[in-house]
Amino acid sequence: MSQSVNRLDRRAVVARLLKDRGEAIVVTGLGSPTYDVAACGDHDRNVYLWGAMGGCAVMALGIALARPETPVIAVTGDGEMLMGVGSFATIAMQAPKNLTVVILDNGLYGETGGQASHTLVADLAGIAGASGIADSRAIDAMGDVEGLATRATALGNGPCVAVVRIGQAELERVLPTRDGHAVRARVRQSLGLSID
Amino acid sequence: MNAAHPHALHASPAGWPGDIFSALKAARVRQVAYVPDGGHADLIRAVHADPAMIGIPLTTEEEGIALVSGAWLGGDRACLLMQSSGVGNCINMLSLVRNMGGPFLTFVTMRGEWGEFNPWQVPMGTSTPDAFRLMGVHVLRADRPEEVGPATAAGIRMAYEGGSAVAVLLAQQLIGAKVFVR
Repeated sequence: MSQSVNRLDRRAVVARLLKDRGEAIVVTGLGSPTYDVAACGDHDRNVYLWGAMGGCAVMALGIALARPETPVIAVTGDGEMLMGVGSFATIAMQAPKNLTVVILDNGLYGETGGQASHTLVADLAGIAGASGIADSRAIDAMGDVEGLATRATALGNGPCVAVVRIGQAELERVLPTRDGHAVRARVRQSLGLSID
Repeated sequence: MNAAHPHALHASPAGWPGDIFSALKAARVRQVAYVPDGGHADLIRAVHADPAMIGIPLTTEEEGIALVSGAWLGGDRACLLMQSSGVGNCINMLSLVRNMGGPFLTFVTMRGEWGEFNPWQVPMGTSTPDAFRLMGVHVLRADRPEEVGPATAAGIRMAYEGGSAVAVLLAQQLIGAKVFVR
């Protein structure tokens, strides 16, 4: 981990990303990204994952294909994304204009004791780009988070993947509901669908 | 977008794959995710040719579990096509279906259970129904061509009307053992 890399505050990044979220649906990868999104306040269109590791981005793809006019944002971590890197290619094949995958990259597995993650050597933005995601960004300045928020809450020309370098501090856990059935019912209701 | 397209420029595939295809269309299934299998080839072609459906190739079967769950959260009916070897890849991801509920439907072409030349297919061929049951997925099975339509109808009803998680296993006898040496 290079000392020259500027590492952003994860809560500030997510708060800015979701400040003007509008109609967006947000899917959170298990662990700290789920707490980061919860720390911005609970929302009817938050889909909190507490498991299903590796499934966050591709679950968001399923929502995005079903609601092509609604922005869908996956907020996940480097470890969760590494378990589903094939999703980049699956997303690229579908090319949804309303899907943004935001990867909060602290270079470690914070939930399990801070073991180093593969982003020590592997470049997730590069992998996404090489998998066919034309709009693939590496972000290490808050100014670029502004642009990302604008992109994520609107429709683009195709899917976007953003890898945001964040600090390694372990922050207070903000724990949203673990009841997936309740989350399901709430999200569907907010979209005007039946709950079941 | 979910209504069956009235001017589809394709013909439904022949035989039992056609029975599955027409049942999926009648049920307004829109997202069809798959990891390819020879036994599903005709069905996959028909899905891609149909403007009312989205064919979604996956890099691994577990993606399909998450994708199908997301599709339904967003209001689409979806299903997953795979072969038996892929079922083992899905085990942990099925906790998503257990925790969120909602319909889950998959059609699994069976390998490694009947005259299989490739022994590497046999472990999952043997274990596929147990793997589903371990994770609470109800298992239906069709051994003969005339059983595919009724098993598909039963699966569709249980999943999309009842909100259950259902796997329809399509026996290797339907497809025939793959010929490696001609």
